[in-house]
Amino acid sequence: MSDDQDKAIFDRTKQSSALSILKIDGVSKTYASHTALDNVSFEIPAGCIFGLLGPNGAGKTSLIRIITQITGADTGEIYFKGERLKPGHIKDIGYLPEERGLYKKMKVGEQLLYLAQLKGLSRQDATTRLKAWISRFELKEWVGKNIEDLSKGMQQKVQFIATVLHEPALIILDEPFSGFDPINANLIKDEILSLRERGATIIFSTHRMESVEELCDNIALINRARKVLDGPVKEIKNTYKTDTFQIIGNGRLLITSPDYEVLEQHENHGTFRANVKLLNGSRPNDLLRYLIERVEIHSFVELVPSINDIFIQKVTETHHV
Amino acid sequence: MSKIWLIIQREYLTRVRKKSFIIMTLLTPVLLAAFMVLPGLLMTMSDSAETVMVLDESGLFAGKLEGKDDLKLVPLGGSLEQAKEVYRQTDNTALLYIPNITLDNPTGIKVFSKKNTSLQTKIRLENMLEKEVENQRLIASGLDREVLKNMKADISVSSVNLSDEGEKDNNAFVTSGAGIMGAFVIYFFIFLYGVQIMRGIIEEKTSRIVEVIISSVKPFQLMMGKIIGIAAVGLTQFLLWVILSFVVVSGVQAAFGIEPAPTPAQQIVSGQAAAGAEVDNETTAQEKNEASQIMTDTFNAIGNLNIPLIVGCFLFYFLGGYLLYGSLFGAIGAAVDNETDTQQFMFPITIPLIISFILSYSVVLKNPDGPVAFWMSIIPFTSPIVMMVRVPFGVPAWQLLLSMALLILGFIFTTWLAGRIYRVGILMYGKKVNYKELSKWLFYRV
Repeated sequence: MSDDQDKAIFDRTKQSSALSILKIDGVSKTYASHTALDNVSFEIPAGCIFGLLGPNGAGKTSLIRIITQITGADTGEIYFKGERLKPGHIKDIGYLPEERGLYKKMKVGEQLLYLAQLKGLSRQDATTRLKAWISRFELKEWVGKNIEDLSKGMQQKVQFIATVLHEPALIILDEPFSGFDPINANLIKDEILSLRERGATIIFSTHRMESVEELCDNIALINRARKVLDGPVKEIKNTYKTDTFQIIGNGRLLITSPDYEVLEQHENHGTFRANVKLLNGSRPNDLLRYLIERVEIHSFVELVPSINDIFIQKVTETHHV
Repeated sequence: MSKIWLIIQREYLTRVRKKSFIIMTLLTPVLLAAFMVLPGLLMTMSDSAETVMVLDESGLFAGKLEGKDDLKLVPLGGSLEQAKEVYRQTDNTALLYIPNITLDNPTGIKVFSKKNTSLQTKIRLENMLEKEVENQRLIASGLDREVLKNMKADISVSSVNLSDEGEKDNNAFVTSGAGIMGAFVIYFFIFLYGVQIMRGIIEEKTSRIVEVIISSVKPFQLMMGKIIGIAAVGLTQFLLWVILSFVVVSGVQAAFGIEPAPTPAQQIVSGQAAAGAEVDNETTAQEKNEASQIMTDTFNAIGNLNIPLIVGCFLFYFLGGYLLYGSLFGAIGAAVDNETDTQQFMFPITIPLIISFILSYSVVLKNPDGPVAFWMSIIPFTSPIVMMVRVPFGVPAWQLLLSMALLILGFIFTTWLAGRIYRVGILMYGKKVNYKELSKWLFYRV
């Protein structure tokens, strides 16, 4: 490819999304017997928490290994900050693989310095940064110990530090909460939020969609090597919401208006729970007003589809097509 | 490049700082020194002097048997029963009973002792008696022992190389010794450190750190870093062994003032002249001269070896052989999940090594320029060991260069092969791999 063409591509990607840190453009990957990725394209905005979601075997890890340059794509391109992905980008990417571990017989401090230096950090910088993380995670007395002498939870903390010590612009976490105990999982969640605060972009890859829904700003759904859906979580949910509200209260609920449809209703000792759908362009407040005159309301919540629901809906749709 | 350097450093430092490495490095020269010095030390301390009481009813040996410093003889009189009684009351080693025998029929001699007599004491007594009986028989037949000795011929042939550079003493024992020693060290190190590469890679696989690492460096860099780092460990250990052995052995010698026990080669050499000298203590001045002549010859022969060439070749074949086999061991480590699965792949790798070592001893040494020696010293898989045996005997330059060139090509090929297997294997878990599968990996696009 000539330099001019190169430059043209560079300019185009720059224009198309000045804010995207990663652009995946028509990436396909085939292993000996099966297709792991089939023409997958999407963009990841800078400074967001991005959920890469899909069931086991969908191709998430294959895609991540291409982004981390462990393997290469058969076709398609990946652009990092508008540049075609190259070995120099390794130092800007932190990766916590699903299959993870550390050298068991190596000391915590040495190991972290080694891994940071492999990412291209100087020894001095790595040492200074390491001190900050050590005190933050209360690992001070463990620095001189071998990894195998640490509890599982401690090891997980060390592993997380290893992923972010070189302060990468893009952090990729593959099934980050599998194997983390709830306390550490919360700790890691907080750290992830503060990393985003400092401008990092985080990619979450998981098959447990409910676990990251609350954290993610944007998502991409992958199923059977293909991208099913991507975009900001709010927009997606808005697109897929059904204007349905769950109402809990006292009294006898009887809806006669044609503007509202009762989808489901349960009664128990004078209390009721009902799912009501708005029709004919009516607003939630209209429904509230209508209800207040008839029953005593304890709770009024919009039923928003979970990402999981949307995913299942999407997948079944694509199957039928 | 700086990343591969980091990997080399880590592989080197973690191994060199291991307790097992330090202990093995320090202990081996000490053991070696003990092995060399102890026999000599023991010989000088040679068991406290023994005293043997002698009851000679024949009178043949009266005044003829002479004791030694460590084997005193005490003549006794009286009957056997009385002698036994006397012996029982002493701490003496044994009671030698010589019944009334004749020179023609010297049978019935017995040794009584409280504990079992040592074989050495028994042999010494036998020798003493034998020699005296022989002496007396010679005298009886009118021959003097001195006359007989003068008639004995003792000829040793020293071999001299007639080369273009002039005449050179050579010594087949020294030449073989130098070759086989180099070959053995190479053989030993390939195994010892090849397996370490394999273990290191299996460790990275099972501890699952490998994916973290290869998101920072290329798999090939990780593999080469490990191979080079471990090679440095091997060289360090070898150097330390050489230096420490030298220091320890000369230190012990200085402290105890003893000569080291002769090396096996020297033993064989001096053995021809000095056979039995120890026992019958008959080493005459002439024989002593001969023995020291052989020692000087040995040292001359060592001096006449082309030391720079041998050392140079040793280092080359040491590294070349290690790299060739090391990368194959590495490929095995990447292909399996744990050490128990390595057997089926280890076999074809160890076979050429073992065969070349066995044939070095049995065929190459006897005929260093024969067809077996030639071909095996050219083929890269056997050349590191076989060529090392041949080099001290002198190898035509073209053969040496061909062998070296092929070894370089050989390890470039095996590292390429190992690299292909490695990059696929390290990310492959829980899959039983066979040769068919491995050959597919070679052509995977990654």
